[in-house]
Amino acid sequence: MSQTAVHEHKTPFVRIARRNTIPHTQAWLIRAAGLLSSLCVGGLLFLALGHNPLAVYADMLDSAFGGRIGFNETVRIAIPLLGAALAVGMAFKMRFWNIGAEGQILMGGIFATYFALFQHQNLPRPVLLITMGLAAAVGGALWGLIPAFFRAKWGTNETLFTLMLNYVAFGIITYLQADRWSSPQNDFPIIDMFDLSARLPRLFGIHIGWVMVLILTLLVHLYISRSKQGYQLSVVGQSENTARYAGINVGRVIMRTMLISGGIAGFVGFMQVSGADFTLNETTAGGVGFTAITVAWLAHLNPIIMILVAFFIAILERGSIRIQSTFMIPATIATVLIGIILFFMLACEFFINYRLIFRNKNISDVKGG
Amino acid sequence: MDTFINFFNAAVLAGTPLLFGTLGEILTEKSGNLNLGVEGMMFMGALSGLAAVFLLEVGLGVEMSGIMAVLLAIIFAFLAGAFGAFLYSVLVVSLRTQQNVTGLALTIFGIGFGNFFGEFFGRNSPVGFVTISLSARQGFANLNIPLLSDIPILGPMLFNYNILVYLAVALAVGLAFFLNRTRWGLNLRAVGESPATADAASINVTRYKYLATCIGGGICGLGGMYISMVTTSGVWVHNSVQGFGWIAVALVIFATWSPSRAFIGALVFGGFTVMRFYLPLGIPMQIYDKFPYLATILVLIVTSIRQIKEHSPPAHVGVNYFREER
Repeated sequence: MSQTAVHEHKTPFVRIARRNTIPHTQAWLIRAAGLLSSLCVGGLLFLALGHNPLAVYADMLDSAFGGRIGFNETVRIAIPLLGAALAVGMAFKMRFWNIGAEGQILMGGIFATYFALFQHQNLPRPVLLITMGLAAAVGGALWGLIPAFFRAKWGTNETLFTLMLNYVAFGIITYLQADRWSSPQNDFPIIDMFDLSARLPRLFGIHIGWVMVLILTLLVHLYISRSKQGYQLSVVGQSENTARYAGINVGRVIMRTMLISGGIAGFVGFMQVSGADFTLNETTAGGVGFTAITVAWLAHLNPIIMILVAFFIAILERGSIRIQSTFMIPATIATVLIGIILFFMLACEFFINYRLIFRNKNISDVKGG
Repeated sequence: MDTFINFFNAAVLAGTPLLFGTLGEILTEKSGNLNLGVEGMMFMGALSGLAAVFLLEVGLGVEMSGIMAVLLAIIFAFLAGAFGAFLYSVLVVSLRTQQNVTGLALTIFGIGFGNFFGEFFGRNSPVGFVTISLSARQGFANLNIPLLSDIPILGPMLFNYNILVYLAVALAVGLAFFLNRTRWGLNLRAVGESPATADAASINVTRYKYLATCIGGGICGLGGMYISMVTTSGVWVHNSVQGFGWIAVALVIFATWSPSRAFIGALVFGGFTVMRFYLPLGIPMQIYDKFPYLATILVLIVTSIRQIKEHSPPAHVGVNYFREER
């Protein structure tokens, strides 16, 4: 007993021990608490701006769900988010920090736009659309393969490499806008609107991309959880040395995965130019590549959960556009809120994986950690 | 010769925000924290430095003197960057989150923070955007140092810049001295190389990580403030940092974690940024515009191909340290 007394002096006020396991429900409760706290902090921000937080949030929800148009618009925002999240999530699973989805989307858009602008007279509509989709996937895949090749061969830092390629892709687009593909009828450096045959058809009022992206989600889910290649990429993500020891050709897996990841992002570019914008410009990707990082991470890289998260983020973005006009709060508030949510959800994982032990707790309690 | 001097001047001016960012990130990484949030912290600094002067001027209805504006901007930009880094430190050092993702989260938050408040304050501004008075702007104008500025060639090349340029150079020298010549610098390097050893030598690992990361973040914030005060001359421009923070992260690799080499790297990349105005290569402007980013890629590739042992990062950069799991 005298030992406890000594302990009480030496142990710090709070100590940290790893949890062995935590029930699923408890883990999700902690996450829900984290999400709620982040929304509270966001609410404090609204309060500081002089608005009633509840009214602001209610207005955001109303804009996202109120009426058919609102809902459709939310889905339209969610489509590229989900697609890009699938792309980056796959790379993240491999611990390959692909933050270049933005550029891969743009490259996909560029490749698709070429066919939309110059081949639409020569191809029947279904063939044209399929060609555009495939070309976009190829464009994105190539853009993803470049950093993967250098990472596989020489360990070149892929985080910075993929990011820098975003700016290069931007440059190519501004060049095409001002020069090669510039609209002849227009004084501004813009690209012509697509011919009707190069636009995606609609289903239930939203372009058909929503069906495609849901199919894609299912395919990616199966690829990661059921295929040998998916297993290999998870092993590489866990430990490259283990993968090598198990006879996996790590470089090959990195390049193959990035080919697919970039390809998916490129396909998102196709859906954007052909389904949403009907043209190509610098805002074709519109920060989707970055927000997708949030979506993928919040969903724990699980494709199915990404559907929910993408929709949630889409509500935030859609709502932010609304409160810009009703409350005069700039729509860029969405990025601030997303950042706050990310901070809180990252912090949550700590409380799921560790437990805090306070000094006055019984010592025998601690041994398990 | 004149063209060369002009090019050199422009390179120094464009390289200075990169130097701030690189120095801040070097200090951060020396503690073992790979903070990818430099872009975000630069945005936070860019907005806060500018907004502090703007809000005070509008609030009091006065025109601030140049020197006051400089001081105020430095303090608030530093605090904002340090605040971003503090959030990062709480998550990474205390709550043990994954460093890459936390850095990305900070980038997303910082970009949102800058753009949101830039737009928000702009709406409530009498002129419709965030800007500062002419007299406040004078504080960021090029200095005219008596005698020194008048030396032929050397004068315009070295002694004709705004005060922040000299601050950045002084910081580079100070950081080099701190890391290589002081006990605290040695301790900090020990924390980044082998936290367990440092811990065993009774160095307070957590305190070093927090301090280095927060001060480093503050320095990054100064780089952002340079952009909003000098590059865009005291006007808030949406997305004004546009990747400079990321280039700074790459420059840390280019500079092989050495402040003196960061100086050269920033100058070279400053040169890349403005090269298109001085060296026509016949490439379309829109592509040439992206040259700094292409050069960054090239640097990344070259440094990864020829890896030299002395030039490697701190051994534990990017890895969290848990005493309990040693």
